[in-house]
Amino acid sequence: MEEIANLFGGFATVIQPFNLLVMVIGILLGVVIGVLPGLGGANGVAILLPLTFSMSPTSAIIMLSCIYWGALFGGAITSILFNIPGEPWSVATTFDGHPMARKGQAGEALTAAFTSSFVGALFAVVMITLVAPLVAKFALQFGPPEKFAVYFLAFCSFVGMSKEPPMKTVAAMMIGFALAAVGLDQVTGQLRLTFGINELLTGFDFLIAVIGLFGIGEILLTMEEGLSFRGGYAKINPKVVFQTWRELLKYWATSLRSCVIGCWMGITPAGATPASFMSYGIAKRVSKSGPKFGTGEIEGVVAPETAAHAAGTSALLPMLSLGVPGSPTAAVLLGGLLIWGLQPGPMLFVEQKEFVWGLIASMYLGNLVGLVIVLTCVPMLAAILRIPFSIIAPVILVVCAIGAYTVHNAPFDIVLMAIFGVIGYLLKKTGYPLAPLVLAIVLGDKAEEAFRQSLLGSQGGLGVFFSNTLVSTIMVLGLIALFWPLIQAGWSRVRRALAPA
Amino acid sequence: MEIAVAVAMLVFAGIVIYGALLAGINWGAEGPRAGFFPFYVGVLILIASLINLVHALRESRKRLFAEWGQLRQVVSVILPLAIYVALVPWLGLYVSSLLLIAVFMKWLGGYGWGPVAALALGVPAAAYVMFEKWFLVPLPKGPIEDLLGL
Repeated sequence: MEEIANLFGGFATVIQPFNLLVMVIGILLGVVIGVLPGLGGANGVAILLPLTFSMSPTSAIIMLSCIYWGALFGGAITSILFNIPGEPWSVATTFDGHPMARKGQAGEALTAAFTSSFVGALFAVVMITLVAPLVAKFALQFGPPEKFAVYFLAFCSFVGMSKEPPMKTVAAMMIGFALAAVGLDQVTGQLRLTFGINELLTGFDFLIAVIGLFGIGEILLTMEEGLSFRGGYAKINPKVVFQTWRELLKYWATSLRSCVIGCWMGITPAGATPASFMSYGIAKRVSKSGPKFGTGEIEGVVAPETAAHAAGTSALLPMLSLGVPGSPTAAVLLGGLLIWGLQPGPMLFVEQKEFVWGLIASMYLGNLVGLVIVLTCVPMLAAILRIPFSIIAPVILVVCAIGAYTVHNAPFDIVLMAIFGVIGYLLKKTGYPLAPLVLAIVLGDKAEEAFRQSLLGSQGGLGVFFSNTLVSTIMVLGLIALFWPLIQAGWSRVRRALAPA
Repeated sequence: MEIAVAVAMLVFAGIVIYGALLAGINWGAEGPRAGFFPFYVGVLILIASLINLVHALRESRKRLFAEWGQLRQVVSVILPLAIYVALVPWLGLYVSSLLLIAVFMKWLGGYGWGPVAALALGVPAAAYVMFEKWFLVPLPKGPIEDLLGL
């Protein structure tokens, strides 16, 4: 019951006029960011993070998380109208969404997508409200070995769950850790890996890396395809909306299933993209109209959108309660917490009640406001897409450069951003995942600190990570996640061997 | 291309390991020394990229990295970006941005001088109002802003 009282306290914070204003601005910016190629949730938040330094942490997190919701909504618009996924997690939405638009049902497809997004997010927020305080309370007992074990679990599930070859994930992740290590060593105060270069003394800031890898890298990728937008107009009128809503009720089972998939994939840091594909795949197999998927089935829009939004939202659960972000954007938000002087993790629920519950309350309200905004603004947003890329690209480059500069007011950061951009393009082209790299840069120092403190306690023995039931359970879970593909393959072989007998 | 990336990562791993050795990887008076963690990270990069290199060598030459036309497009962004980045410390962010947008629109977009001038002047001006006046964040300026007395 204490949680409910806290939640209402949170609502009271959120409906202060300034916070409401910040929320609407955040969502509008987020939708635009989600629609534009080259600007996604993660680097949109990264670029705008420095501007929030002067706000109170609560207003700042409301604005930044609303940018995130907006970006999640915005990705659907381009997928359906133009068959161009604005974000990786809306790729699965194009499969049925765009055929619907071509059949002249763009309004229905968009309504279905937005509503499903909203349902998915709402489900995830309710789950966060109920589960996050419990997880946080539990995590208060964690010492350094347990903390490291949680990081270990997070990074192992990346390796085991991602579509990319595991060794590429490991390589990308470890490069992130190495970049995080550059500069001042937090434990001994010694300089390392700087090789006498003054600009490296402060280390690599993850914001610069995010802006470069995701922003500049994405523009280079888009440029390669030589994008020219050609797409239909979309009108949404209230009649279509209500009709679609009535039809959507029929798909409650699909919705619920997608919510659960999304939440699961969001908490384990697999993220929104695999969640949307998995949900689409399962819906296709289970649904009666499964064979017709891909030709413009409304159910094929509901499944991936619900899962993507549920995953994107629930990615904040481990970030808030454990200090381990479930997605690159959550990682950037976590970095924001550190900059505002808040320590992410279980203590947040004890020491910063107003902040945590303000954020959770803003998730409820932000998604509702987001739904209304996207339903009413679709024609305007579609118009943004008709601006030629040769105008948008340089403007985005300038915005990225300003964003990179304002992090530390250092011109050298702009150079770093450009270098990261080229690296991001090369890594993407050769199939290295970028999300673990970013997560490792953000968490590198904390993971290392936990690791070294644990070893200090045990005088260097690795046995400390298996010294009690709690830490061993987490470590074993991590190992299972790490070798999941092998276990799965082995299990199916065992089953096949047993089947004839 | 995949081979080149794997080799670059090997080099990177070497740098990390060398740097870690410089910082000291053994057990010091106050516990593990600064290079301890980076050393093992470097070793892991080394192992992972060796495996990736072997994979890449085995299946190479089958897949094309990118078409030449695509690469030209990409270079046509990287080149102005590199020049832009190099110009910022000399000319300041505003003038460089103006040039970047103008060159981009004129060269790649083929627009007339009207729209080019409008956008190339408009974006830096908007950035100026937003950052210097509204958020009170000074952006890098060059000699031209000094001349104008901004």
